[in-house]
Amino acid sequence: MIRTALLVAVGALALAGCAEREQTASGIKSDAAPFQGTNRPYVADGWKPGDRSSWEQALKVRTIRGQNEYAKAP
Amino acid sequence: MARMKFICDSERCIECNGCVTACKNENEVPWGVNRRRVVTLNDGVPGERSVSVACMHCSDAPCMAVCPTNVFYRTEEGVVLHDKDGCIGCGYCSYACPFGAPQFPSAGTFGVRGKMDKCTFCAGGPEANGSQAEFEKYGRNRLAEGKLPACAEMCSTKALLAGDGDVVADIFRNRVVKRGKGAEVWGWGTAYGSKQAGQPQGAKS
Repeated sequence: MIRTALLVAVGALALAGCAEREQTASGIKSDAAPFQGTNRPYVADGWKPGDRSSWEQALKVRTIRGQNEYAKAP
Repeated sequence: MARMKFICDSERCIECNGCVTACKNENEVPWGVNRRRVVTLNDGVPGERSVSVACMHCSDAPCMAVCPTNVFYRTEEGVVLHDKDGCIGCGYCSYACPFGAPQFPSAGTFGVRGKMDKCTFCAGGPEANGSQAEFEKYGRNRLAEGKLPACAEMCSTKALLAGDGDVVADIFRNRVVKRGKGAEVWGWGTAYGSKQAGQPQGAKS
């Protein structure tokens, strides 16, 4: 009984030597969402950092105002 | 939820390269790397068209699928970004990308490829928003400043549209209706799927 257990243990140890080391990447570092803002000057007006809906609305308005000239001169 | 997308209206693009210049300047992109460029088709013959090309931030990005170090990620806004610290410069993303977006600065001798660089939709990268480290590695984070990509905001003829997919699609649709032609959007089907492009499944964009 002891001999069998010993054999199994030695076998497992020997096989462990053949195992491949895990090579998973460290993963992506955290990236804050853009609506969190930058805590720096030169930020566009019309939204509040940290408020997702106000950021989305401000970008939508900026897109239409800046890129749709039919909104200015229909 | 905003899903950021690019549209280039080839009826309007005049090949001024203002978008290329804006991108280089805003992000201080190194010499030899062009995150955005203007491609002219049928140059000099009737039917000539120009399109401004960069990373389209694909819905199902091939670069993400092939990267062996898994450095790519997609933000909640649909922008495809990558972590330069994990990039080994293998170039697989460059082979996979249908738009030729990934760029490799020549770093060191013997043509060794540096870490991949590409358009970030002016959304920076995985560093603190607006930090110096983010700017040096990835460029300006204009989205976090409540602004749109510099290339589109600089476009003199508003050929290049950038922003929430629904909004820019509405702007483009309105244009097509008004002018009565030029409904083809180069690269839209390849980047965002043929259903959105209004094409049958399996058709080429």
